[in-house]
Amino acid sequence: MKIWLWRAVILATILTTWELAAGRLISLFFVSRPTLIAAKFWQILIDGTLLNNMAVTTGEAVSGFVIGGSAGAVIGLLLGRSQQLAETLDPFIVAFYSLPKVALAPMFILWFGIGLQMRVMFTAIIVLFLVFLSTYTGVRNVSRELVTVFRLMGANERHLMRMVIIPSAFTWIFAGLRLSVPYALIGAIVAEILAGNVGLGYLVEHAAAEFDTAGVFAALAGVMMLALALNYSVRLLERWLMPWREVEEQREIAV
Amino acid sequence: MSAVPRIEFRGVAKAFDTSGRSVDAVRDVNLAVAPGEIVSLVGPSGCGKSTLLNMTAGLFAPTSGNVEYDGLPIAGLNRRVGYMTQSDHLLPWRNVVDNIAAPLQIAGLPRSEIGRRTEALIELVGLGGFARSYPSQLSGGMKKRTALARLLAYDPDTLLMDEPFAALDAQLRLRLQIELRSLCKKIGKTVLFVTHDLDEAVSIGDRVAVFSARPGTIIRSLPVPLPADRDLVRLRYDPDFMSACAALWEIMAPAIVGEDAR
Repeated sequence: MKIWLWRAVILATILTTWELAAGRLISLFFVSRPTLIAAKFWQILIDGTLLNNMAVTTGEAVSGFVIGGSAGAVIGLLLGRSQQLAETLDPFIVAFYSLPKVALAPMFILWFGIGLQMRVMFTAIIVLFLVFLSTYTGVRNVSRELVTVFRLMGANERHLMRMVIIPSAFTWIFAGLRLSVPYALIGAIVAEILAGNVGLGYLVEHAAAEFDTAGVFAALAGVMMLALALNYSVRLLERWLMPWREVEEQREIAV
Repeated sequence: MSAVPRIEFRGVAKAFDTSGRSVDAVRDVNLAVAPGEIVSLVGPSGCGKSTLLNMTAGLFAPTSGNVEYDGLPIAGLNRRVGYMTQSDHLLPWRNVVDNIAAPLQIAGLPRSEIGRRTEALIELVGLGGFARSYPSQLSGGMKKRTALARLLAYDPDTLLMDEPFAALDAQLRLRLQIELRSLCKKIGKTVLFVTHDLDEAVSIGDRVAVFSARPGTIIRSLPVPLPADRDLVRLRYDPDFMSACAALWEIMAPAIVGEDAR
Protein backbone atom coordinates (compact mmCIF):
# COMPACT_ATOMS: atom_id res chain seq x y z
CA MET A 1 0.00 0.00 0.00
CA LYS A 2 2.78 2.34 1.01
CA ILE A 3 4.58 1.80 -2.24
CA TRP A 4 1.53 3.10 -4.12
CA LEU A 5 1.55 6.22 -2.01
CA TRP A 6 5.18 6.84 -2.93
CA ARG A 7 4.45 6.26 -6.56
CA ALA A 8 1.59 8.76 -6.41
CA VAL A 9 3.87 11.30 -4.73
CA ILE A 10 6.53 10.88 -7.43
CA LEU A 11 3.98 11.20 -10.22
CA ALA A 12 2.41 14.28 -8.62
CA THR A 13 5.83 15.90 -8.19
CA ILE A 14 6.75 15.31 -11.82
CA LEU A 15 3.43 16.64 -13.10
CA THR A 16 3.49 19.69 -10.84
CA THR A 17 7.07 20.58 -11.76
CA TRP A 18 6.23 20.13 -15.39
CA GLU A 19 3.08 22.25 -15.10
CA LEU A 20 4.89 25.05 -13.30
CA ALA A 21 8.07 24.97 -15.38
CA ALA A 22 6.27 24.87 -18.73
CA GLY A 23 5.87 28.32 -20.22
CA ARG A 24 8.12 29.84 -17.53
CA LEU A 25 11.44 27.95 -17.64
CA ILE A 26 10.91 26.04 -20.87
CA SER A 27 8.88 27.13 -23.82
CA LEU A 28 5.44 25.58 -24.19
CA PHE A 29 6.41 24.82 -27.76
CA PHE A 30 8.83 22.13 -26.56
CA VAL A 31 7.14 20.52 -23.61
CA SER A 32 3.54 21.70 -23.70
CA ARG A 33 1.90 21.36 -20.26
CA PRO A 34 0.10 18.50 -18.45
CA THR A 35 -3.24 20.32 -18.31
CA LEU A 36 -3.10 21.13 -22.03
CA ILE A 37 -2.12 17.56 -22.82
CA ALA A 38 -4.96 16.21 -20.69
CA ALA A 39 -7.41 18.50 -22.47
CA LYS A 40 -6.10 17.40 -25.87
CA PHE A 41 -6.20 13.76 -24.78
CA TRP A 42 -9.79 14.17 -23.64
CA GLN A 43 -10.69 15.85 -26.93
CA ILE A 44 -9.26 13.10 -29.16
CA LEU A 45 -10.73 10.51 -26.85
CA ILE A 46 -14.21 12.01 -27.13
CA ASP A 47 -14.17 12.57 -30.89
CA GLY A 48 -12.99 8.98 -31.44
CA THR A 49 -9.68 9.90 -33.10
CA LEU A 50 -7.64 8.19 -30.41
CA LEU A 51 -9.62 4.96 -30.26
CA ASN A 52 -9.89 4.62 -34.04
CA ASN A 53 -6.16 5.02 -34.52
CA MET A 54 -5.37 2.90 -31.52
CA ALA A 55 -7.53 0.11 -32.94
CA VAL A 56 -5.54 0.24 -36.20
CA THR A 57 -2.17 0.08 -34.39
CA THR A 58 -3.40 -2.66 -32.08
CA GLY A 59 -4.59 -4.67 -35.06
CA GLU A 60 -1.21 -4.33 -36.78
CA ALA A 61 0.82 -5.05 -33.67
CA VAL A 62 -1.29 -8.06 -32.66
CA SER A 63 -1.41 -9.59 -36.16
CA GLY A 64 2.30 -9.05 -36.62
CA PHE A 65 2.87 -10.48 -33.18
CA VAL A 66 0.85 -13.60 -33.89
CA ILE A 67 2.32 -14.20 -37.38
CA GLY A 68 5.90 -13.42 -36.36
CA GLY A 69 5.61 -15.17 -33.01
CA SER A 70 4.26 -18.43 -34.38
CA ALA A 71 6.68 -18.48 -37.33
CA GLY A 72 9.56 -17.74 -34.95
CA ALA A 73 8.51 -20.48 -32.55
CA VAL A 74 8.17 -23.07 -35.33
CA ILE A 75 11.52 -22.21 -36.93
CA GLY A 76 13.15 -22.17 -33.49
CA LEU A 77 11.78 -25.64 -32.70
CA LEU A 78 12.91 -27.06 -36.05
CA LEU A 79 16.41 -25.63 -35.94
CA GLY A 80 16.71 -26.42 -32.26
CA ARG A 81 16.09 -30.10 -32.99
CA SER A 82 18.33 -30.24 -36.04
CA GLN A 83 21.87 -29.46 -35.01
CA GLN A 84 23.20 -29.82 -38.53
CA LEU A 85 20.72 -27.45 -40.12
CA ALA A 86 21.31 -24.92 -37.36
CA GLU A 87 25.08 -25.06 -37.80
CA THR A 88 24.80 -24.67 -41.55
CA LEU A 89 22.48 -21.69 -41.28
CA ASP A 90 24.26 -20.05 -38.35
CA PRO A 91 26.22 -17.36 -40.26
CA PHE A 92 23.11 -16.35 -42.19
CA ILE A 93 21.09 -16.09 -39.04
CA VAL A 94 23.74 -14.00 -37.29
CA ALA A 95 24.10 -11.75 -40.32
CA PHE A 96 20.39 -11.18 -40.58
CA TYR A 97 20.02 -10.76 -36.84
CA SER A 98 22.71 -8.05 -36.76
CA LEU A 99 20.82 -6.05 -39.36
CA PRO A 100 18.75 -3.31 -37.74
CA LYS A 101 15.27 -4.27 -38.87
CA VAL A 102 14.22 -0.63 -39.25
CA ALA A 103 16.56 -0.47 -42.25
CA LEU A 104 14.28 -2.99 -43.94
CA ALA A 105 11.27 -0.68 -43.83
CA PRO A 106 11.87 0.97 -47.23
CA MET A 107 12.16 -2.46 -48.85
CA PHE A 108 8.95 -3.58 -47.22
CA ILE A 109 7.28 -0.46 -48.60
CA LEU A 110 8.54 -1.46 -52.07
CA TRP A 111 7.21 -4.97 -51.62
CA PHE A 112 3.95 -4.43 -49.85
CA GLY A 113 3.08 -0.80 -50.53
CA ILE A 114 2.16 1.55 -47.72
CA GLY A 115 -0.98 -0.21 -46.57
CA LEU A 116 -1.88 -2.38 -43.65
CA GLN A 117 -0.12 -5.40 -45.12
CA MET A 118 3.28 -3.72 -45.07
CA ARG A 119 2.89 -2.63 -41.46
CA VAL A 120 1.83 -6.10 -40.33
CA MET A 121 4.68 -7.79 -42.19
CA PHE A 122 7.22 -5.34 -40.85
CA THR A 123 6.06 -5.99 -37.29
CA ALA A 124 6.05 -9.73 -37.93
CA ILE A 125 9.67 -9.83 -39.13
CA ILE A 126 10.86 -8.01 -36.02
CA VAL A 127 8.95 -10.29 -33.67
CA LEU A 128 9.95 -13.38 -35.64
CA PHE A 129 13.62 -12.94 -34.91
CA LEU A 130 13.26 -12.32 -31.21
CA VAL A 131 10.94 -15.27 -30.72
CA PHE A 132 13.00 -17.51 -32.99
CA LEU A 133 16.20 -16.84 -31.08
CA SER A 134 14.76 -17.43 -27.65
CA THR A 135 12.87 -20.56 -28.78
CA TYR A 136 16.05 -21.89 -30.34
CA THR A 137 18.00 -21.26 -27.15
CA GLY A 138 15.21 -22.92 -25.19
CA VAL A 139 15.22 -26.06 -27.31
CA ARG A 140 19.01 -26.28 -27.14
CA ASN A 141 18.77 -26.02 -23.38
CA VAL A 142 16.47 -28.98 -22.91
CA SER A 143 18.38 -31.37 -20.71
CA ARG A 144 19.89 -34.20 -22.73
CA GLU A 145 19.49 -36.48 -19.74
CA LEU A 146 15.76 -35.77 -19.69
CA VAL A 147 15.56 -36.59 -23.38
CA THR A 148 17.50 -39.83 -22.82
CA VAL A 149 15.26 -40.86 -19.95
CA PHE A 150 12.26 -40.41 -22.24
CA ARG A 151 13.93 -42.26 -25.09
CA LEU A 152 14.50 -45.19 -22.78
CA MET A 153 10.77 -45.10 -22.05
CA GLY A 154 10.28 -45.70 -25.77
CA ALA A 155 9.51 -42.12 -26.81
CA ASN A 156 9.93 -41.32 -30.51
CA GLU A 157 10.66 -37.85 -31.89
CA ARG A 158 6.96 -36.96 -31.95
CA HIS A 159 6.46 -37.94 -28.31
CA LEU A 160 9.60 -36.05 -27.34
CA MET A 161 8.39 -32.92 -29.12
CA ARG A 162 4.98 -33.02 -27.53
CA MET A 163 5.88 -34.10 -24.02
CA VAL A 164 9.34 -32.65 -23.46
CA ILE A 165 10.67 -30.22 -26.04
CA ILE A 166 7.71 -27.92 -26.67
CA PRO A 167 6.73 -27.54 -23.01
CA SER A 168 10.38 -26.93 -22.07
CA ALA A 169 10.69 -24.35 -24.78
CA PHE A 170 7.45 -22.67 -23.69
CA THR A 171 9.15 -20.70 -20.96
CA TRP A 172 11.62 -19.40 -23.51
CA ILE A 173 9.01 -18.78 -26.18
CA PHE A 174 7.21 -16.59 -23.70
CA ALA A 175 10.40 -14.84 -22.69
CA GLY A 176 10.77 -14.02 -26.38
CA LEU A 177 7.15 -12.92 -26.67
CA ARG A 178 7.40 -10.64 -23.66
CA LEU A 179 10.57 -9.15 -25.03
CA SER A 180 8.83 -8.66 -28.37
CA VAL A 181 5.92 -6.54 -27.15
CA PRO A 182 7.73 -3.18 -27.31
CA TYR A 183 9.41 -4.21 -30.57
CA ALA A 184 6.10 -5.16 -32.11
CA LEU A 185 4.93 -1.65 -31.28
CA ILE A 186 8.14 -0.17 -32.67
CA GLY A 187 7.47 -2.06 -35.88
CA ALA A 188 3.88 -0.91 -36.16
CA ILE A 189 4.58 2.68 -35.19
CA VAL A 190 7.73 3.19 -37.25
CA ALA A 191 5.84 1.81 -40.21
CA GLU A 192 2.99 4.22 -39.56
CA ILE A 193 5.34 7.18 -39.20
CA LEU A 194 7.13 6.28 -42.42
CA ALA A 195 4.16 5.36 -44.49
CA GLY A 196 0.67 5.78 -43.27
CA ASN A 197 -2.30 8.01 -42.77
CA VAL A 198 -3.77 6.15 -39.85
CA GLY A 199 -2.63 4.68 -36.51
CA LEU A 200 -0.99 6.01 -33.37
CA GLY A 201 2.32 6.51 -35.14
CA TYR A 202 0.58 8.65 -37.72
CA LEU A 203 -1.15 10.57 -34.91
CA VAL A 204 2.22 11.38 -33.31
CA GLU A 205 3.78 12.33 -36.61
CA HIS A 206 0.80 14.39 -37.77
CA ALA A 207 0.62 16.38 -34.51
CA ALA A 208 4.36 17.04 -34.67
CA ALA A 209 4.07 18.22 -38.27
CA GLU A 210 1.47 20.76 -37.13
CA PHE A 211 3.69 21.83 -34.21
CA ASP A 212 0.97 20.62 -31.88
CA THR A 213 3.14 19.57 -28.91
CA ALA A 214 0.19 18.73 -26.69
CA GLY A 215 -1.13 16.52 -29.48
CA VAL A 216 2.21 14.68 -29.67
CA PHE A 217 2.22 14.00 -25.96
CA ALA A 218 -1.44 12.94 -25.97
CA ALA A 219 -0.71 10.45 -28.76
CA LEU A 220 2.35 9.19 -26.89
CA ALA A 221 0.20 8.61 -23.83
CA GLY A 222 -2.02 6.48 -26.04
CA VAL A 223 1.02 4.49 -27.23
CA MET A 224 2.08 3.92 -23.66
CA MET A 225 -1.36 2.64 -22.68
CA LEU A 226 -1.40 0.27 -25.60
CA ALA A 227 2.05 -1.06 -24.65
CA LEU A 228 0.94 -1.67 -21.08
CA ALA A 229 -2.21 -3.44 -22.23
CA LEU A 230 -0.25 -5.71 -24.60
CA ASN A 231 2.29 -6.52 -21.92
CA TYR A 232 -0.44 -7.43 -19.52
CA SER A 233 -2.19 -9.64 -22.10
CA VAL A 234 0.99 -11.61 -22.73
CA ARG A 235 1.40 -12.11 -19.00
CA LEU A 236 -2.20 -13.32 -18.67
CA LEU A 237 -1.74 -15.70 -21.57
CA GLU A 238 1.45 -17.00 -19.99
CA ARG A 239 -0.25 -17.63 -16.69
CA TRP A 240 -3.12 -19.37 -18.41
CA LEU A 241 -0.91 -21.61 -20.56
CA MET A 242 1.68 -22.41 -17.90
CA PRO A 243 -0.14 -22.98 -14.62
CA TRP A 244 2.85 -24.79 -13.13
CA ARG A 245 4.92 -21.61 -13.26
CA GLU A 246 2.78 -19.88 -10.73
CA VAL A 247 3.17 -22.81 -8.38
CA GLU A 248 6.91 -22.62 -8.87
CA GLU A 249 6.97 -18.99 -7.88
CA GLN A 250 5.22 -19.78 -4.62
CA ARG A 251 7.46 -22.59 -3.50
CA GLU A 252 10.07 -22.24 -0.82
CA ILE A 253 13.44 -21.55 -2.31
CA ALA A 254 16.34 -23.80 -1.55
CA VAL A 255 19.86 -22.79 -2.44
CA MET B 1 21.30 -68.58 -11.09
CA SER B 2 19.57 -69.40 -14.35
CA ALA B 3 21.51 -70.35 -17.47
CA VAL B 4 21.49 -67.00 -19.29
CA PRO B 5 22.36 -63.97 -17.19
CA ARG B 6 20.14 -60.92 -17.60
CA ILE B 7 23.16 -58.66 -17.99
CA GLU B 8 26.65 -59.83 -18.75
CA PHE B 9 29.84 -57.82 -19.12
CA ARG B 10 32.68 -59.78 -20.70
CA GLY B 11 36.12 -58.21 -20.81
CA VAL B 12 34.54 -54.78 -21.15
CA ALA B 13 36.70 -51.69 -21.54
CA LYS B 14 35.59 -48.17 -22.33
CA ALA B 15 37.73 -45.19 -23.19
CA PHE B 16 36.54 -41.61 -23.66
CA ASP B 17 38.18 -38.89 -25.65
CA THR B 18 38.54 -35.83 -23.50
CA SER B 19 40.30 -32.87 -25.09
CA GLY B 20 42.11 -35.06 -27.60
CA ARG B 21 43.35 -37.50 -24.99
CA SER B 22 41.95 -40.97 -24.61
CA VAL B 23 41.06 -41.74 -21.01
CA ASP B 24 40.15 -45.22 -19.86
CA ALA B 25 37.01 -45.18 -17.77
CA VAL B 26 36.74 -48.91 -17.15
CA ARG B 27 38.88 -51.86 -18.19
CA ASP B 28 38.53 -55.59 -18.09
CA VAL B 29 35.12 -55.68 -16.42
CA ASN B 30 33.56 -59.10 -16.02
CA LEU B 31 30.20 -59.30 -14.33
CA ALA B 32 27.11 -61.44 -14.76
CA VAL B 33 23.82 -60.39 -13.21
CA ALA B 34 21.10 -63.02 -12.92
CA PRO B 35 17.44 -62.15 -13.57
CA GLY B 36 15.88 -60.85 -10.38
CA GLU B 37 19.23 -60.18 -8.75
CA ILE B 38 20.08 -56.87 -7.08
CA VAL B 39 23.74 -55.98 -7.51
CA SER B 40 25.25 -52.96 -5.80
CA LEU B 41 28.22 -51.27 -7.42
CA VAL B 42 30.59 -49.41 -5.11
CA GLY B 43 33.95 -47.80 -5.68
CA PRO B 44 35.82 -44.52 -5.51
CA SER B 45 34.30 -41.63 -7.44
CA GLY B 46 35.10 -41.49 -11.11
CA CYS B 47 35.82 -45.22 -11.28
CA GLY B 48 33.33 -45.82 -14.07
CA LYS B 49 30.40 -47.32 -12.21
CA SER B 50 27.98 -45.10 -14.10
CA THR B 51 29.72 -46.05 -17.33
CA LEU B 52 28.53 -49.62 -16.79
CA LEU B 53 24.94 -48.41 -16.36
CA ASN B 54 25.19 -46.28 -19.49
CA MET B 55 26.44 -49.22 -21.50
CA THR B 56 23.64 -51.39 -20.16
CA ALA B 57 21.18 -48.73 -21.29
CA GLY B 58 22.87 -48.75 -24.68
CA LEU B 59 23.78 -45.06 -24.52
CA PHE B 60 27.17 -46.05 -25.92
CA ALA B 61 28.99 -49.25 -26.79
CA PRO B 62 32.13 -50.55 -25.04
CA THR B 63 35.47 -49.81 -26.70
CA SER B 64 36.27 -53.50 -26.44
CA GLY B 65 34.57 -56.54 -24.96
CA ASN B 66 30.89 -57.39 -24.94
CA VAL B 67 27.84 -56.24 -23.05
CA GLU B 68 24.98 -58.66 -23.44
CA TYR B 69 21.41 -58.44 -22.33
CA ASP B 70 19.54 -61.75 -22.05
CA GLY B 71 22.30 -63.31 -24.10
CA LEU B 72 22.14 -60.79 -26.96
CA PRO B 73 24.56 -57.93 -27.58
CA ILE B 74 23.06 -54.52 -26.84
CA ALA B 75 22.62 -52.47 -30.01
CA GLY B 76 21.25 -48.96 -29.69
CA LEU B 77 19.08 -47.83 -26.81
CA ASN B 78 18.07 -50.71 -24.58
CA ARG B 79 14.40 -50.08 -23.92
CA ARG B 80 14.07 -52.95 -21.48
CA VAL B 81 15.85 -50.98 -18.80
CA GLY B 82 14.68 -48.02 -16.78
CA TYR B 83 17.09 -45.39 -15.55
CA MET B 84 16.90 -43.48 -12.31
CA THR B 85 19.55 -40.99 -11.29
CA GLN B 86 20.17 -38.50 -8.56
CA SER B 87 18.07 -35.93 -10.36
CA ASP B 88 14.47 -36.96 -10.86
CA HIS B 89 13.96 -35.84 -14.46
CA LEU B 90 10.29 -35.26 -13.80
CA LEU B 91 8.44 -32.91 -16.11
CA PRO B 92 7.82 -29.74 -14.10
CA TRP B 93 4.72 -28.89 -16.17
CA ARG B 94 2.99 -32.13 -15.32
CA ASN B 95 1.55 -33.03 -11.96
CA VAL B 96 2.36 -36.31 -10.23
CA VAL B 97 -0.30 -38.39 -11.95
CA ASP B 98 0.51 -37.01 -15.41
CA ASN B 99 4.22 -37.56 -14.86
CA ILE B 100 3.57 -41.19 -14.02
CA ALA B 101 1.24 -41.43 -17.01
CA ALA B 102 3.92 -40.26 -19.50
CA PRO B 103 5.43 -43.70 -20.28
CA LEU B 104 1.93 -45.17 -20.53
CA GLN B 105 0.93 -42.47 -23.02
CA ILE B 106 4.06 -43.24 -25.00
CA ALA B 107 3.04 -46.90 -25.02
CA GLY B 108 -0.30 -45.74 -26.44
CA LEU B 109 -2.54 -47.24 -23.77
CA PRO B 110 -6.19 -46.18 -23.68
CA ARG B 111 -7.06 -43.40 -21.27
CA SER B 112 -9.07 -45.57 -18.90
CA GLU B 113 -6.24 -48.08 -18.62
CA ILE B 114 -3.77 -45.28 -17.91
CA GLY B 115 -6.04 -43.94 -15.18
CA ARG B 116 -6.34 -47.34 -13.56
CA ARG B 117 -2.61 -48.03 -13.62
CA THR B 118 -1.46 -44.62 -12.41
CA GLU B 119 -3.89 -44.87 -9.52
CA ALA B 120 -2.45 -48.23 -8.52
CA LEU B 121 1.12 -46.95 -8.83
CA ILE B 122 0.41 -43.90 -6.72
CA GLU B 123 -0.89 -46.20 -3.99
CA LEU B 124 2.08 -48.50 -4.41
CA VAL B 125 4.68 -45.80 -3.79
CA GLY B 126 2.57 -44.12 -1.12
CA LEU B 127 1.78 -40.85 -2.85
CA GLY B 128 -1.96 -40.89 -2.19
CA GLY B 129 -3.31 -37.35 -1.86
CA PHE B 130 -0.54 -35.79 -3.94
CA ALA B 131 -1.70 -36.89 -7.38
CA ARG B 132 -2.49 -33.32 -8.49
CA SER B 133 0.63 -31.66 -7.09
CA TYR B 134 3.34 -30.32 -9.36
CA PRO B 135 6.90 -31.54 -8.76
CA SER B 136 7.91 -28.13 -7.42
CA GLN B 137 5.37 -28.59 -4.63
CA LEU B 138 6.81 -31.94 -3.56
CA SER B 139 9.58 -32.75 -1.12
CA GLY B 140 12.70 -34.54 -2.34
CA GLY B 141 11.41 -37.89 -1.14
CA MET B 142 8.07 -37.49 -2.86
CA LYS B 143 9.81 -36.58 -6.10
CA LYS B 144 11.83 -39.79 -5.80
CA ARG B 145 8.66 -41.76 -5.26
CA THR B 146 7.12 -40.15 -8.32
CA ALA B 147 10.19 -40.98 -10.38
CA LEU B 148 10.10 -44.54 -9.06
CA ALA B 149 6.40 -44.89 -9.88
CA ARG B 150 7.08 -43.60 -13.40
CA LEU B 151 9.92 -46.10 -13.72
CA LEU B 152 7.63 -48.93 -12.64
CA ALA B 153 4.86 -47.68 -14.93
CA TYR B 154 6.64 -48.78 -18.06
CA ASP B 155 7.64 -51.97 -16.40
CA PRO B 156 11.24 -52.43 -17.56
CA ASP B 157 12.74 -55.75 -16.43
CA THR B 158 15.90 -54.03 -15.23
CA LEU B 159 16.28 -50.92 -13.13
CA LEU B 160 19.50 -48.95 -13.44
CA MET B 161 19.88 -46.77 -10.39
CA ASP B 162 22.68 -44.26 -10.12
CA GLU B 163 22.80 -42.99 -6.55
CA PRO B 164 19.08 -42.34 -6.65
CA PHE B 165 18.80 -41.60 -2.95
CA ALA B 166 22.04 -39.66 -2.50
CA ALA B 167 20.36 -36.32 -1.94
CA LEU B 168 17.94 -37.56 0.70
CA ASP B 169 18.18 -37.53 4.47
CA ALA B 170 19.09 -40.74 6.30
CA GLN B 171 15.58 -41.72 7.50
CA LEU B 172 13.95 -41.15 4.16
CA ARG B 173 16.72 -42.96 2.42
CA LEU B 174 16.22 -45.99 4.66
CA ARG B 175 12.50 -46.03 3.96
CA LEU B 176 13.01 -45.84 0.24
CA GLN B 177 15.67 -48.55 0.40
CA ILE B 178 13.22 -50.81 2.18
CA GLU B 179 10.48 -50.06 -0.30
CA LEU B 180 12.70 -50.44 -3.32
CA ARG B 181 14.04 -53.77 -2.14
CA SER B 182 10.70 -55.27 -1.25
CA LEU B 183 9.10 -53.93 -4.43
CA CYS B 184 11.81 -55.31 -6.64
CA LYS B 185 11.76 -58.67 -4.93
CA LYS B 186 7.98 -58.82 -5.16
CA ILE B 187 7.80 -58.02 -8.86
CA GLY B 188 11.11 -59.65 -9.75
CA LYS B 189 13.16 -56.74 -11.11
CA THR B 190 16.85 -57.01 -11.84
CA VAL B 191 18.68 -54.03 -10.37
CA LEU B 192 22.09 -52.46 -10.85
CA PHE B 193 22.48 -50.03 -7.99
CA VAL B 194 25.39 -47.57 -7.95
CA THR B 195 26.14 -45.99 -4.60
CA HIS B 196 28.89 -44.42 -2.54
CA ASP B 197 27.28 -45.51 0.69
CA LEU B 198 28.62 -48.90 1.76
CA ASP B 199 25.76 -49.50 4.23
CA GLU B 200 23.32 -48.86 1.43
CA ALA B 201 25.22 -51.19 -0.89
CA VAL B 202 24.99 -54.03 1.62
CA SER B 203 21.40 -53.47 2.71
CA ILE B 204 20.02 -53.20 -0.83
CA GLY B 205 22.18 -55.70 -2.67
CA ASP B 206 22.13 -59.45 -2.99
CA ARG B 207 25.71 -58.96 -4.06
CA VAL B 208 28.20 -56.10 -3.95
CA ALA B 209 30.69 -55.52 -6.73
CA VAL B 210 33.68 -53.43 -5.66
CA PHE B 211 35.48 -51.24 -8.17
CA SER B 212 39.09 -50.14 -8.14
CA ALA B 213 40.03 -46.53 -8.82
CA ARG B 214 40.04 -45.31 -12.42
CA PRO B 215 40.41 -46.99 -14.79
CA GLY B 216 37.86 -49.01 -12.89
CA THR B 217 37.64 -52.72 -12.81
CA ILE B 218 35.78 -55.03 -10.48
CA ILE B 219 38.26 -56.19 -7.86
CA ARG B 220 35.84 -58.15 -5.70
CA SER B 221 32.33 -59.45 -5.92
CA LEU B 222 30.95 -60.16 -2.47
CA PRO B 223 27.70 -62.04 -1.89
CA VAL B 224 25.71 -60.42 0.89
CA PRO B 225 25.15 -63.04 3.63
CA LEU B 226 21.64 -61.82 4.44
CA PRO B 227 18.24 -63.37 3.75
CA ALA B 228 16.26 -62.18 0.73
CA ASP B 229 13.46 -60.77 2.89
CA ARG B 230 15.54 -58.76 5.30
CA ASP B 231 14.33 -56.30 7.87
CA LEU B 232 16.21 -53.17 6.92
CA VAL B 233 15.29 -51.37 10.12
CA ARG B 234 16.81 -53.96 12.43
CA LEU B 235 19.61 -54.69 10.01
CA ARG B 236 21.84 -52.12 11.70
CA TYR B 237 22.52 -54.45 14.63
CA ASP B 238 22.55 -57.69 12.70
CA PRO B 239 26.06 -59.17 13.17
CA ASP B 240 26.04 -60.53 9.61
CA PHE B 241 25.26 -57.05 8.29
CA MET B 242 28.00 -55.52 10.38
CA SER B 243 30.60 -58.03 9.33
CA ALA B 244 29.62 -57.62 5.66
CA CYS B 245 30.01 -53.82 5.96
CA ALA B 246 33.31 -54.27 7.77
CA ALA B 247 34.58 -56.60 5.06
CA LEU B 248 33.59 -54.04 2.45
CA TRP B 249 35.36 -51.29 4.37
CA GLU B 250 38.51 -53.38 4.48
CA ILE B 251 38.52 -53.72 0.70
CA MET B 252 37.60 -50.09 0.08
CA ALA B 253 39.90 -48.49 2.65
CA PRO B 254 43.06 -48.35 0.51
CA ALA B 255 41.12 -46.75 -2.34
CA ILE B 256 39.46 -44.26 -0.02
CA VAL B 257 42.72 -43.24 1.62
CA GLY B 258 44.32 -43.03 -1.80
CA GLU B 259 41.52 -40.80 -3.00
CA ASP B 260 42.10 -38.44 -0.08
CA ALA B 261 45.82 -38.34 -0.61
CA ARG B 262 45.44 -37.41 -4.28
